[in-house]
Amino acid sequence: LSPVWLDRQGPWGSVRLLATAQDTQPVPLPSQARVVICGGGIVGTSVAYHLAKLGWTEIVLLEQGRLGAGTTRLCAGIISVAKPISIESQMADYSNALYERLEEETGVKTAFVRTGSLCLAQNQDRFLSLKRLASRLRVLGIACNVIKPKEVVKLHPLVNIHDLVGALHLPGDAMASPPDINHALAVAAARHGVQIHERTSVNHVLMEKGHVTGVETDRGPIECEYFVNCAGQVGWLRNTVTHSTLSKFCCHFVLSLNLCLVMDMDGRIYVRAWQGGILSGGFEKNPKPIFTEGRNQLEIQNMQEDWDHFEPMLNALLRRMPSLDSCEIHQLVNCPESFTPDMRCLMGETPGVHGYFVLAGMNSSGLSFAGGAGKYLAEWMTYGYPTANVWPLDIKRFGNLQSSRTFLRHRVMEVMPLLYELKVPRWDFQTGRQLRTSPLYDRLDTQGARWMEKHGFERAKYFVPAGKDLLALDQSKTFYKPDWFDIVGAEVKCCKEAVCVIDMSSFTKFELTSTGDQALELLQRLCANDLDVPVGHIVHTGMLNERGGYENDCSVVRLSKNSFFIISPTDQQVHCWSWIKRYMPSDPQLHLEDVSWKYTALNLIGPRAMDVLSELSYVSMTPEHFPTLFCKEMSVGYANGIRVMSMTHTGEPGFMLYIPIEYALHVYNEVMSVGQKYGIRNAGYYALRSLRIEKFFAFWGQDLDSFTTPLECGREFRVKFDKGTDFLGRQALMQQRQEGITRRFVMLVLEDHDAELDLWPWWGEPIYRNGQLVGVTTSSAYSYTLERHVCLGFVSPATAGQNPTVITPDFINRGDYEVDIAGQRYPAKAKLYPFSSLFAQQRRRKDDMELSNFQGK
Amino acid sequence: MAAASQLFQVIRGMELARIWPRARFLCQTCCQFSHPCDANSGPKQHTWRGYRTSQAWHTYYLTPPQVNSILKANEYSFKVPEFDGKNLSSVMGFDSNQLPANAPIEDRRSAATCLQTRGMLFGVFDGHAGCACAQALSERLFYYTAVAMLQHETLAELESAVEAGRPVQPVLQWHKHPNDYFSREASRLYFSSLRTYWQELLDLSTPGEGPDTAEALLSAFKRLDSDISLEAQVGDPNSFLHYWVLRVAFSGATACMAHVDGAELHVANTGDCRAVLGIQEPDGSFSALTLSNDHNAQNEEEVRRVRAEHPPSEARTVVKQERLLGLLMPFRAFGDVKFKWSIDLQRRVLESGPDQLHNNEHAKFVPPNFHTPPYLTAEPEVRRHRLRPQDRFLVLASDGLWETLHRQEVVRIVGEHLTGVHQQQPVSVGGYRVTLGQMQGLLQERKARISSTFEDQNAATHLIRHAVGSNEFGAVDHERLSKMLSLPEELARMYRDDITVIIVQFNPHVIGAQ
Repeated sequence: LSPVWLDRQGPWGSVRLLATAQDTQPVPLPSQARVVICGGGIVGTSVAYHLAKLGWTEIVLLEQGRLGAGTTRLCAGIISVAKPISIESQMADYSNALYERLEEETGVKTAFVRTGSLCLAQNQDRFLSLKRLASRLRVLGIACNVIKPKEVVKLHPLVNIHDLVGALHLPGDAMASPPDINHALAVAAARHGVQIHERTSVNHVLMEKGHVTGVETDRGPIECEYFVNCAGQVGWLRNTVTHSTLSKFCCHFVLSLNLCLVMDMDGRIYVRAWQGGILSGGFEKNPKPIFTEGRNQLEIQNMQEDWDHFEPMLNALLRRMPSLDSCEIHQLVNCPESFTPDMRCLMGETPGVHGYFVLAGMNSSGLSFAGGAGKYLAEWMTYGYPTANVWPLDIKRFGNLQSSRTFLRHRVMEVMPLLYELKVPRWDFQTGRQLRTSPLYDRLDTQGARWMEKHGFERAKYFVPAGKDLLALDQSKTFYKPDWFDIVGAEVKCCKEAVCVIDMSSFTKFELTSTGDQALELLQRLCANDLDVPVGHIVHTGMLNERGGYENDCSVVRLSKNSFFIISPTDQQVHCWSWIKRYMPSDPQLHLEDVSWKYTALNLIGPRAMDVLSELSYVSMTPEHFPTLFCKEMSVGYANGIRVMSMTHTGEPGFMLYIPIEYALHVYNEVMSVGQKYGIRNAGYYALRSLRIEKFFAFWGQDLDSFTTPLECGREFRVKFDKGTDFLGRQALMQQRQEGITRRFVMLVLEDHDAELDLWPWWGEPIYRNGQLVGVTTSSAYSYTLERHVCLGFVSPATAGQNPTVITPDFINRGDYEVDIAGQRYPAKAKLYPFSSLFAQQRRRKDDMELSNFQGK
Repeated sequence: MAAASQLFQVIRGMELARIWPRARFLCQTCCQFSHPCDANSGPKQHTWRGYRTSQAWHTYYLTPPQVNSILKANEYSFKVPEFDGKNLSSVMGFDSNQLPANAPIEDRRSAATCLQTRGMLFGVFDGHAGCACAQALSERLFYYTAVAMLQHETLAELESAVEAGRPVQPVLQWHKHPNDYFSREASRLYFSSLRTYWQELLDLSTPGEGPDTAEALLSAFKRLDSDISLEAQVGDPNSFLHYWVLRVAFSGATACMAHVDGAELHVANTGDCRAVLGIQEPDGSFSALTLSNDHNAQNEEEVRRVRAEHPPSEARTVVKQERLLGLLMPFRAFGDVKFKWSIDLQRRVLESGPDQLHNNEHAKFVPPNFHTPPYLTAEPEVRRHRLRPQDRFLVLASDGLWETLHRQEVVRIVGEHLTGVHQQQPVSVGGYRVTLGQMQGLLQERKARISSTFEDQNAATHLIRHAVGSNEFGAVDHERLSKMLSLPEELARMYRDDITVIIVQFNPHVIGAQ
């Protein structure tokens, strides 16, 4: 690759003219600017370009080497929308459109060719995942065709189709020369007034009171308000990107067609036409990690060619295209790439430092993402939020806990092969585990717990009963009914009929206290619900942004007049903290503390929970004595000071116990031994999810995001417009209430879907109403009560012209709904309210009657 | 330390003993299955199976674990114990192994540490016309050598201890695989012969004087051969022993023995076993230095020597068809009294011998053109070599190995194994016109080499695997290996000879310091 590109050092001159007359005397740096962007790769130039387009001035782009000298120089130049999550596909789609018009806009030749691409499937599972991708792309309006192997040959004559079961054709995918795109973006940015300085490295970022004030470079300081880190690896900060190698290689092949790109994920390779030859690369199963220790990572050098490392991919290539056998090898390039611990890039403002933005860790899809990501980040910096939900990419999804060097080293080794690995529902990372655990971890583990990880915390998925064996991890991968179906079914049944314990310690827990009523004031401003409740009450509330969208969905307990206990989802630890901090006045009387680590949370769930608790505390726990959504400090067993809350996160009757960790084992043991006669057992998160989804409970991060308002998900009752405080998002909600909502959270019960034989829904499935696309599912589970699959998702009527159509209950109720699972549509009944709550209420009433009868005798 | 290492050997031995019978069993059963039509198993027995048997011939192969259990049945490794984390010996340790082709195997091997003098002894012995002579050499030659190297004072001490019935200081510490047995019956006889030898040495030497190693080796070789000859002539009242000493004398064996003491390496060779030194060049590659001359018809000097020792009238008959008297391949050997004694003596000894010998056609047979015995000698060629830091290892092996692998290849295989494959040179296209297909072939071959290297802990096993299973590219081909190892006993000798390998690894740091 590189010799050709290095030969083309001529065109760089034009950038130099714009920026610095490198060879003579470097142009002096400005002493101040508004934005300093560090990193002159494709990501940095894209950010500069988009900022300039949005009207920003005084933008300075600094590159320690030459523009596009890092991973940009060595990447294969593929722009593909075949990405694992929708927001990434969306970014790629935008990048594609941007690059296409770039040549016209700037006059720089970008070698952009819309060739289309082929994703090949060697087995049925891969084919299913491609079909699922296809239905997701259709939602985004991206053209794609699921095709038979025979049609593959028509599109690409070299492909051997004997072992293929099918393929996905993406006609919109394109190829381009990354350094040229980089150059074009730089030229366009420079035209908009961006100053580009090469051979200038940023030594450190100056901060004052949590605000960026400037940068210190090797050529002097620059004052600035905003700093954008696009340096690829930001490891020396507090962050999480690392390098790893992958091999690319090319050979000349006399074939002047514009052949489409071929991605053979089962073979871990991609192949594209390149300058009359073929360029192929891949993501090996055994990557070699490199950790340049941060600071002085100059232009990335070619690493020595390692053919032995490339051997499996060469085999895959020759298997896929046997006619390449006689091709002559041109060069093997071994180049580093940045990877993040969860395969998604890092974007956004770093928590705790205003004006410090990051866009990095492209996981080897830099060219595909750069355009879209640059746009979103520019919007973020301009408006305070991007125009799409980028939470999956938000840098705040990580905490300090994920920045350990060893953790990164292990995880990155797993992540890179995963890029082309088949991803089935509910897969988990296998490395970097057991970082945060509950004190009960060992106890639960010996009782057969199988674990999943959230934000570094181990949570039990389900408990395998003694004597029962599940499939090995590799064999359990399926898009169909999983092997744990009956196990979770039994746990759900126990939750419904007796009592279960679920360890929910992973939740984020904050305590907000003040001497005066500052705490209440703050929460009243942040929360949509009214927090001015009697002490001991629990309030479910959203923390909304200015647009009325959920920044957090939490339960707040008023512990005393001026102290509150805030329970948020696990992955909110960093995000919620920075959200509260952002609006918290710097008042020494007001104190926010993260107490997640101080409490073990046990959820006693089921009709018998109150019996267990009352036996342990010698206090009656019936609803008369302990109303729902109530919190009391009690003693449980020998342990004192346990916060008992009459709520579950599932809608089932039961209690949450927040136990100081030193009592955790004692309380757990007591609960288990007392609970024995009530048929107590452990349950895991899969049972919990099945319960909450059939009860139509939305979870933040899964169903709710910063673009969803309480009105859209039927939670108006949790918004107190007239509580007397102008809470964040009130205006937007008022307006929305007036205008009516255009999308609505619904529950879809699949009909005519055989859980044994049909594909299971996961999330991200398109929803059709009367044959028209109206939305996407956000989560799904099998409801053991309804004996049906339940999907939650948003629907919105097709927009007629400019004004979005207001959604009415009629729209929801009248219509034939279908959910598209991997191309197959299953009819579904849409519901606005959970009808199972009716059952539960009836049953509870019946139970109460039985109980009172019993006590009466 | 010695006790610990012996205990270790015992444990190892138990393990291997458990594996060994299974390996044999596997070998035999698979032989029967894979060759249903061979000469010995009658056709009647198998005709009913018809075409199926021929299918079995094509499809039945040994699995890799079966191959390994056969190859590893006789492997043995010894690491010289370290003191204070430092290895003070110039020998780091050795790996040895043997693979039978004859049934029973006619090769023998020995390794021992000299306790009264310094140094270690290694030897391979390739028997012919039975294994008796090779067996005797493997038990006795090191004692003769060790005794020949003793100081006068030590010899005197030894003699007085035996005389007084005091316990004798051990002379050798053996490093034996459990399959390397010693015959208990003959030990008394062997001991008395050895004692006679040291008594003579005691008479000949003067106090304060140590013998020269090369001379000691020469003397020990010659003395042992003459003792073998003498014991057979004298006979023994015990008829089993009498038969045994005759079997030793009438069979033959070649010997290649190395003595390493610090940087001093002596190789004494009689016959066609060979000692090759592996030298690491500055660029990391390995080259071979042969430290012994083969005594056979390929060695012109040896042919000249043999011809010169006999009248010109015999010039054409003494070396015929590249064999001594048209019969014997090695030109020097222990035993083989048929080539050493006069016809008269042979007849006399045989007639007085036990009955079992009367039916032995081989013993009665007199070589043609047998006019001026002796035609054969056990006198070794001794070569001294001063070890240098670049001398990494010594390969002692019977001709079974050298027939299949060139010495350069042997040294390369062992060198790469000992240094680890991570030092394998990276492949680079570097301007050559290489096609993808060629590159794939090359990479796969490299991978095969790596995987076969990692399979063997023991360098000798690794070498044997290559000797038996290498294809034309020099990579181990499992199919070929599996075929060669599943040959029936009767056929095996036609495809390969017994292979015995000892690989001695030197410690370059100690050698460099000396």
